[in-house]
Amino acid sequence: MADQFDVVVIGGGPGGYNCAIRLGQLGLKAACVDARGTFGGTCLNVGCIPSKALLHASDLYQMARLDFPRFGITGTLGLDLNAMMAHKNKVVGELTKGVEYLLKKNKCEAIVGEAKIAAPGRVTVTTKDGTRELETKNIVIATGSDVTPLAGVTIDEKQIVSSAGALSFESAPPRLLVVGAGVIGLELGSVWRRLGSDVTVVEFLDRIVPGVDSEVAKQFQRLLEKQGMKFKLAAKVVGVEKNGAALSVAIEPAAGGLREMFEADAMLVAIGRRAFTDGLGLDAIGIKRDSRGRVMTDAHFETNVDGIWAIGDVREGAMLAHKAEDEAVACAELIAGHAGHVNYDAIPSVIYTYPEVATVGKTEEELKSAGVAYKVGKFPFTANARAKSNLTTEGFVKIIADAKTDRVLGVHMIGPDVGNMIGEASLAIEFSASSEDIARTSHPHPTLTEAIRQAAMAVGGWTMQM
Amino acid sequence: MSIQIKVPAMGESVTEATIARWLKKEGDAVKQDEPLVELETDKVNVEVPSPAAGVLEHIEVQQGGTVSVGTVLGAVKEGAAPKAEAKADAKPERRAEAAKNEAPKAKAANSTPPPPPPSVRRIAEEEKLEISSIAGSGKRGQVTKGDALKALETAKTATAAAKPAAPSAAQGPRPKAEREERVAMSRLRKTIALRLKESQEIAAQLTTFNEVDMSKVMGLRAAYKDGFEKKHGVKLGFMSFFVKACVAALKEIPGVNAEIDGDDIVYKNYYDIGVAVSTERGLVVPVVREADALSLADIEKTIGDFGARACDNKLKLEELLGGTFTITNGGVFGSLMSTPILNMPQSGILGMHKIQNRPVAIGDKIEIRPMMYLALSYDHRLVDGREAVTFLVRVKENLEDPQRMLLDL
Repeated sequence: MADQFDVVVIGGGPGGYNCAIRLGQLGLKAACVDARGTFGGTCLNVGCIPSKALLHASDLYQMARLDFPRFGITGTLGLDLNAMMAHKNKVVGELTKGVEYLLKKNKCEAIVGEAKIAAPGRVTVTTKDGTRELETKNIVIATGSDVTPLAGVTIDEKQIVSSAGALSFESAPPRLLVVGAGVIGLELGSVWRRLGSDVTVVEFLDRIVPGVDSEVAKQFQRLLEKQGMKFKLAAKVVGVEKNGAALSVAIEPAAGGLREMFEADAMLVAIGRRAFTDGLGLDAIGIKRDSRGRVMTDAHFETNVDGIWAIGDVREGAMLAHKAEDEAVACAELIAGHAGHVNYDAIPSVIYTYPEVATVGKTEEELKSAGVAYKVGKFPFTANARAKSNLTTEGFVKIIADAKTDRVLGVHMIGPDVGNMIGEASLAIEFSASSEDIARTSHPHPTLTEAIRQAAMAVGGWTMQM
Repeated sequence: MSIQIKVPAMGESVTEATIARWLKKEGDAVKQDEPLVELETDKVNVEVPSPAAGVLEHIEVQQGGTVSVGTVLGAVKEGAAPKAEAKADAKPERRAEAAKNEAPKAKAANSTPPPPPPSVRRIAEEEKLEISSIAGSGKRGQVTKGDALKALETAKTATAAAKPAAPSAAQGPRPKAEREERVAMSRLRKTIALRLKESQEIAAQLTTFNEVDMSKVMGLRAAYKDGFEKKHGVKLGFMSFFVKACVAALKEIPGVNAEIDGDDIVYKNYYDIGVAVSTERGLVVPVVREADALSLADIEKTIGDFGARACDNKLKLEELLGGTFTITNGGVFGSLMSTPILNMPQSGILGMHKIQNRPVAIGDKIEIRPMMYLALSYDHRLVDGREAVTFLVRVKENLEDPQRMLLDL
């Protein structure tokens, strides 16, 4: 007889495992199925977490190399890439085990295997021991995304890599070509530049990090260039050939024009990610998807088929682990009969380079095109005492508030550790705070967060420390 | 089931109202009797409560719209839950049993919003805004800075609107527009006009006069005013004596405390005395309830409080409704004699006037006494001349010899 569940969650990433945990908390019998073998999805296994381990390690290395002498710390410095990778692998191992523990703790069955939706209410899982039939009242599709391939380029994950392969180069490639100036390309490009690669980034658009406030993006590009990263904007890779140990990459202007050949030792394809639904059997049961292959749902995450839901990268919206997590919680609560809700205006986004970029809410461009009158307040880290003490004065905080109501509409930051500071801004937006509310809220001195307060004061024209 | 939200009866003198603002949005969960919409009337603002628990289904009349008693404002869907909950309920078979049993009831909006953020606290303090009167659009009804600014703007617009309108084009044989000022009648002024005219049309009004020697009351007041104020924290005025004197007289002549309802006469065995208060906006008549059971100090306190709040437009509607008899004091402006108009559907109104030293014959001698003319306008349909005159004489006697009241004579 088939196993009976209230909910079967397909996918063990931040969307899937958090959904299963929340369902368990709400007293439902849930299973979480994942084919990878370790839970945590792209994020934990080959995304956010391992990349952050390398970003932090390589940042420390660079800091030791460049900044320690300025603090009066001297000595000889070495780099053991194998040890750095071992650290990364250890972190990933511990965290994926942690997810399994959390699933177990919340009485969710973790099943390793490939899931197929045989029919509404029935999931077939192919495990290494054979086939399991699961009967369930609800199915949540949380299968996430995978790398968007580049036409004419075959990824071998050795020399021509996706984000996954770029986490495991055996040595820093002398010349690394990054295709795509988005978050992934710039983060991993930064890792290898710090570890010794000469990094060139090719981007189809005429700007980096599309979607980020353009003032922030411009400053970001300037700072990355200062660090030695090179950019070829409004250009596209049209082909690649292996040329002995090296790669010959054909690059053309995005608008068409003269082809240029570029020599590289490795190439990272990071032009985006696409919804992953292979092997789920969605067509057979008639689940609607949009033109980009994403599972379509209503505002409550339910697909056109009763009892089948979708969350995270596999549906529309920003491909962010915490967005998937927010949807996971809301979806689980809705399934359990509660009132789950996600406020998409208050979902922050962070780029973990140095300096970091952190944003939440609307950009100036979005507000302009929507015809919303707004006011801007800015404060640079050069005027922040803590940033000066730390020798990390690059960047600024920018707060955009409604011209009439003063309600905070967007917060855009570039600077040291801003990824850890954006939470305050999300909270402000979630609670409809005004810039004055932030300005009148006590911030500890001396911290980097004072820059947020001063920028909030700047909206009202009373910045005090500049 | 949908239940219509109707403009409730707002008291006999209020027929029309403007939608000040909706306190709930369409789709919001509402509790029974939770305020849904605020109406602005001639006199005060009135909140319309939800007729049932459920969801505000739709809003018929938006903010700024004019409505009268009985107008349908919108509808509440009874028993409905907010959208998310409704969805889960729609397909119960999908929901796991465990969850079904534990599923919480729809959480209706919290009636006490969270404390206001610092910006709102500042604005409220600087601009003297009452935060509790602002509808919050934030989480759980918190008042945001935008809400406070909007409330401030609305308040300022209202003040500006009350200012005189520009004069219209000149009319008549010679240009005189420059020497005229044309202003729109305020809602309160319109109502006063309508009600007073109605009063004259319906009731058979006439006025009887008398005069009262205020020596005793003034002497009493002079003798005890310090001690009274020390003990009660309020000055001993004349009003309390008049209220008491009238209550005693009303007890004796119940017709003056009655009203006509269709073919019936309703005699009221309670004494709710309206006291006319002049404000910048016009005349309002708050009611001193159960005046017979109140001490002089209680009456003075109540009237003092009414006066202060009337000037700030803070009187509640219920405080203006349902008086059984009215006292109006034209004397404060210097009137020596007047004929007050009845505050319908009441049957009597006492007019007080200026106290003036006059020579009066006391026995065979002429003495200078502080005298006040008293006027009682009454509805002759209900009150005969004998009753009216007796009533006024009794008031006079009670004031000329306050001990009578002590002895219940």
